[in-house]
Amino acid sequence: MMLAPFILLKFSFGYNITNNISKFGLMNVDRITEKLNILADAAKYDVSCSSSGSKRKNKDGGLGNASNGICHTYTEDGRCVSLLKILFTNVCIFDCAYCVSRKTNDIKRAAFTVQEVVDLTINFYRRNYIEGLFLSSGIFKDADYTMERLVQVAKKLRTEHNFNGYIHLKSIPGASDELMREAGLYADRLSVNLEMPTAEGLKLLAPDKNRQDMINPMNFLKNEIILRADEKKVFKKAPIFAPAGQSTQVIIGATPESDQQILQMSDQFYKGYQLKRVYYSGYVPVLSDSRLPALNTAVPMVRENRLYQADWLMRFYGFNVNEIVSNDNPLLDLDIDPKLGWAIRNMQTFPIDINKADLQLILRVPGIGVQSAQKIISARKFGRLNWDQLKKIGIAVNRAKYFITCHSPKFEKRDLTGTAIKQFILASSQSKYIKNTTVQLNLF
Amino acid sequence: MTTLIYDGSFEGLLTAVFDIYELKLGHVRLLKGEWRNTALFETTIKVVTENTRATRVLKGLKQKLSAMGVQRLYAAHLAEMEGEDDNLLGYIRYVFDSPVNVEEDYGNKYVMRVSEIVRMIRRERHRMEAFIRFQELKDKTFYAAVEPDFNVIPLLIKHFRDRYADQKWMIYDIRRSYGVYYDLHDTQYISLDFATVNPGNVIAAFNDNEAVYQDLWKNYFTSVNIPARKNTKLHLRHIPKRYWKHLTEKI
Repeated sequence: MMLAPFILLKFSFGYNITNNISKFGLMNVDRITEKLNILADAAKYDVSCSSSGSKRKNKDGGLGNASNGICHTYTEDGRCVSLLKILFTNVCIFDCAYCVSRKTNDIKRAAFTVQEVVDLTINFYRRNYIEGLFLSSGIFKDADYTMERLVQVAKKLRTEHNFNGYIHLKSIPGASDELMREAGLYADRLSVNLEMPTAEGLKLLAPDKNRQDMINPMNFLKNEIILRADEKKVFKKAPIFAPAGQSTQVIIGATPESDQQILQMSDQFYKGYQLKRVYYSGYVPVLSDSRLPALNTAVPMVRENRLYQADWLMRFYGFNVNEIVSNDNPLLDLDIDPKLGWAIRNMQTFPIDINKADLQLILRVPGIGVQSAQKIISARKFGRLNWDQLKKIGIAVNRAKYFITCHSPKFEKRDLTGTAIKQFILASSQSKYIKNTTVQLNLF
Repeated sequence: MTTLIYDGSFEGLLTAVFDIYELKLGHVRLLKGEWRNTALFETTIKVVTENTRATRVLKGLKQKLSAMGVQRLYAAHLAEMEGEDDNLLGYIRYVFDSPVNVEEDYGNKYVMRVSEIVRMIRRERHRMEAFIRFQELKDKTFYAAVEPDFNVIPLLIKHFRDRYADQKWMIYDIRRSYGVYYDLHDTQYISLDFATVNPGNVIAAFNDNEAVYQDLWKNYFTSVNIPARKNTKLHLRHIPKRYWKHLTEKI
């Protein structure tokens, strides 16, 4: 356990001045740079960045592993950059209104070769820039032809380069089961974007696409993942199959669905298809089209944030979707987070005694997160907790104080209504979205 | 109040604990540093680090804490945070003075403080796992210079060894003037002799491809940004400015 004494190692750096000749060859560097710019730019509206949830280990002293989720950098808009996220090509036979790569859009087109994607991935990975590759593509020729190229990249990385980093492949709607099966053998995660929260929204904006074509590969993979996991329990040597599961993405704000419709769809996909994640992407106006919000419309960032908060409540806090949104409350409150929203609609549940309540109930208190809740459960075995201790543990007392009692004579004795509490909390905290709020409200 | 001065090592800390119990000391203050025989302090004791004493205390800790708990304490000390010696000592004494394992007694100020320290270290370690940028040198070693807030290099070895098993790499802490080097078989702690080269700047020693991939990465970083969603505050919260000078894409 103790530190070994340092060994002094002389390390000499050479001083030869060299040309920058890459393995791409001198001619190709400019072309590769251009391709990367075009195909990274076209892929950036896919918000998935996750690189966690896989258990892939480094095999036989090769390159990489995929056990942790790491954001290696953040864009200037504050999003995590974890994977080399690119399109194989932005050539596409479809004409989806919300998509920059649609065939009628007059933009520069480019396509990588399989080897170029492999080289970029390996060399970025070796420098610790990325956790792995997220490869998507426009549909060229047909679904199988496209899917085959994506699978080739993954196969080459895994079999020729012993690359064990994270690979996320897009499932191309309409691709054959055989290709999907092969994809699952090389990829950690597969995803197919539903694009729009409802089939009607999709029909309006992407007339060439069909929701069932998206659900078919999802369903095939769900069954295959279950089957392979069972097999692995019996045969240790059985290959791992898409260990990080499946995810999907929906664009919000391009079509008029309510938050209730969106969250119920998520709930249905979490349960029915065992998805690991549903991503919500606030629509960024990229094209002028009468079916879409105008080009000067603000990106619905607050709404997107509230949807993610609601999503977390369903996955980690034991909330049922109907507790978060309902026919009476089809839209999430933009002023306050959905957990506080639920609490002030359900004042009869509070206050709860922090020293006695179950974990499930403590998780429902605004201002207490999963980690703090678990710490409370551990710490209270040693003695009843007071406000100072709760604050130290990390709960947001300014919010939680309206909903709990603890080992202290001080607690909220007024019989406040939910609306009053909301006003107090809003007045005492500076919302990070305060300047956005007015803009956002105009949307509805 | 008695002041104890120790050499800053973990063994030294454990020896100090032994001495405190042996001499039945009550209020104490623990300081790292050189022993100076001055009359400034009325009662000052020099802790002479001794392995047998340290081992006995470590054995006692292992009985009172889980294996994880001992590791967390070790990591908290290793980080070399200023002014935390008394808290670590308070934690150890609380552990020994309690009849049961108290490592989850977050209502206690020492347990909470150690938990906070461990969280800070973890965050710094995680940042290093994310922000380290290797540069390929002529001899195919991948070199990275870092300046972490705390001493976390020893905590990074396993991660990078597991991940980059097939390439030689070196991570060098410029602030603390030591690093770790992996030669495809073993890792060892090293100190570099930079006779002419500044450890933060090794451009002259780059492999031929290095500048190409750095440029491609910078291009990629610019291409994935969505200007319509610009959020500088969030960007800065994720990547505080002090890390920028070693981040290829931010230079």
